[in-house]
Amino acid sequence: MLVEAGHFALALALGLSLIQFVVPLWGARSNDPVLMAVAPAAALAVLACLAFAFLALTVAYVTSDFSVINVVENSHSTKPMIYKISGVWGNHEGSMLLWVLILALFGAVVALSRNTVPVKLQANTLAVQGLVTIAFLLFILMTSNPFTRIMPAPSEGQDLNPLLQDPGLAIHPPLLYIGYVGFSISFAFACAALIDGRIDAVWARIVRPWTLGAWVFLTLGIAMGSYWAYYELGWGGWWFWDPVENASLMPWLAGTALLHSTVVMEKRDALKVWTILLAILTFSLSLLGTFLVRSGVLTSVHSFAVDPERGVFILGILIVFIGGSLALFAWRAPMLKQGGLFAPVSREGALVLNNLLLATACATVFVGTLYPLALEVLTGDKISVGAPFFNFTFLPLVIPLLFLVPIGQTLAWKRGNLLGTVQRLYAVFGIALLVTLALVAFRDGGPVAAPLGIGLGAYLVLGALNEIVTRSWSRGTPLATVWRKAAGLPRSTWGTVIAHAGVGVTVIGIAATAWDAEGLGTLKAGDSMSAGPYQARLERVVPRQEANYREDVALMRIFRNGQELGTVETMKRLYVTRGMPTTEAGIMTVGLSQVYVSIGEVHADGTIGMRIYHKPLVLLIWLGAVVMAAGGGLSLTDRRLRIGAPTRARTAPPASAVPAE
Amino acid sequence: MTRKQRRLTLIGVAGCILAVALGLVLFAMNDTIVFFNSPADVQAKNVQPGTRFRLGGLVKEGSVQRGANQQVSFEVMDAQSSIRVNYNGLLPDLFREGQGIVAEGALDPSGIFKADTVLAKHDENYMPREVADALKKQGHWQGEANAAPQTQ
Repeated sequence: MLVEAGHFALALALGLSLIQFVVPLWGARSNDPVLMAVAPAAALAVLACLAFAFLALTVAYVTSDFSVINVVENSHSTKPMIYKISGVWGNHEGSMLLWVLILALFGAVVALSRNTVPVKLQANTLAVQGLVTIAFLLFILMTSNPFTRIMPAPSEGQDLNPLLQDPGLAIHPPLLYIGYVGFSISFAFACAALIDGRIDAVWARIVRPWTLGAWVFLTLGIAMGSYWAYYELGWGGWWFWDPVENASLMPWLAGTALLHSTVVMEKRDALKVWTILLAILTFSLSLLGTFLVRSGVLTSVHSFAVDPERGVFILGILIVFIGGSLALFAWRAPMLKQGGLFAPVSREGALVLNNLLLATACATVFVGTLYPLALEVLTGDKISVGAPFFNFTFLPLVIPLLFLVPIGQTLAWKRGNLLGTVQRLYAVFGIALLVTLALVAFRDGGPVAAPLGIGLGAYLVLGALNEIVTRSWSRGTPLATVWRKAAGLPRSTWGTVIAHAGVGVTVIGIAATAWDAEGLGTLKAGDSMSAGPYQARLERVVPRQEANYREDVALMRIFRNGQELGTVETMKRLYVTRGMPTTEAGIMTVGLSQVYVSIGEVHADGTIGMRIYHKPLVLLIWLGAVVMAAGGGLSLTDRRLRIGAPTRARTAPPASAVPAE
Repeated sequence: MTRKQRRLTLIGVAGCILAVALGLVLFAMNDTIVFFNSPADVQAKNVQPGTRFRLGGLVKEGSVQRGANQQVSFEVMDAQSSIRVNYNGLLPDLFREGQGIVAEGALDPSGIFKADTVLAKHDENYMPREVADALKKQGHWQGEANAAPQTQ
């Protein structure tokens, strides 16, 4: 019964989002406040319906209701409870439901921020948001209904893909989707501004927290996904330039550019048209990412052509929204008023350069991701575009950008003084250079990439912190005053500094991968192998039986230069229902570095294949992302924005809160 | 500076960055892209030793030989021919005789494929797509008859 009710709630949400689209749009055109007031009410009602539908599906999973096809295909009665719940979005249909639920959640938060957003802008924005909801609800109802029943109901399910049975999966997709879908708000605001033909600094001030919030979640989502791949796939790699990863990196790059261009717009009323275009592009790339992942086009161009229903539908959505919004842009953008002037050497100029480099880097990722698909469709040739392509095209664009970050941050608005700026960074340059030289001397013979990269990272961290120093310290000031001044700086300044330092931390982590060491061997109990200064000794291999899998556990004792550090377990699992083997790596964290052992084949004679990696400073890669996100979060709490909507995003009301009007 | 000069500066800088990016992409397209070949393609195209490519096909039954220190040797075949592959490393979880795999590497002068990466299918329902397509082209495809419905 609940399942049918959930299905009905989806259909109801479709009807309501139709109202959310049509009525406020009309109201905004005819300046009718009553019609415009329908928008927030409809948005909250849509959220209530979708929350109910999601709850209904969750209940079906938790109670292992095998009369629902989706539960049969992705669940099993012996699966641990956490994976029963996370399994709700660990499949195509459920993840699309999560997608629209988050979309509705954002719509509802816009609906509740009526004191800070002008009524007309809010009505238009919610209308656009409603249109996006309509498209995705139609997609779910027509091609991917999670509530379809099966007759007769099987007694047991087919289990969730073992790779997805991991705590990482419980957090990764929701974080990523909040990021993806969060950009739909910037998109909706951009379209609303175009429809209305008016855009100003107030618009930028309203939109910026949304963009920043979405960016924070996308950053965390990507980092989480990367760490999950690192420990779950057992290859010790943290980024594979896989199309699925690129699908999330592209909106992140465009979103980072958007974040910076809205700053220019808010402070200096410039770059308006470009900011609108970026908002449209960022969400378009989010949609493209959804298409790439959800249509099956990556698994096989062939299977896409055989079963085109879903793919063609999402492709349709993609064309309507990207084409439609770009057409709207081409039609209305020339009517927008030109913004303020600035000299090429200025904070604005630096941010323009930031935008150019980020957009171009994003374009190279776009080409590398889609070229193989296009080539296969056009000529039938199959190629693989891997890490070498991206290292060759992406890095030369990003490294200059990183060099410019501290300089741009130090330049003055409107008209900057390049020489003065560079002088203020002398100490930073000096220390970074010393770090590099010291590392080269200390690690003689090692790859030169690591010291250079770490030097760059140190430059970024120090360059970011330098902002605080120059704004609170001058020769002869007592330390207490310096401290008071620094603490009194706006939180958005601290946010920028912390986020930029986070970039530096990640760069250091990535650079240190050049020092990775690995060893490979066939071991029997008592044998050792080594990587860098670390040794691992195989103690024994024991079988173990768990609820839904059995595994061979290899106990490895880890030593550094002969001194014992402890033991780790690496497992070869067999998930019984699907008959699918997986490898679980054994990881020991030593400071910021990790020793990573991964079990290979278990041979008939009792020996096992084993791989060991020493990964110095590897944790900094993800720690840097967390620092970036923390900087973004801190910036969201800035006084200037606190009067705005963003803080409410954390305390969205319970789904049932439908307003009385 | 006038508005016009500023705009020209902007367009100039943007043009430079785009030109550099375009150059990098075009150069990388020539140098870093790897083609996919089945064993039959390798013979038909007469692929030269040293050229990197991806070799895909089925692991021939009974061809897997294991040496010391994780040395593995096996044959990858399609309907027409097969090629011996040498690999040093841990094989993926789903590597088995009779299963589809993709190996990346290059031929050595004696015609043996030296692989530095071996990929197998990700789960029971999924075969590397190049392998599936190549087998379909040759009419050797029975995978879909017994494959469970795709859910991801």
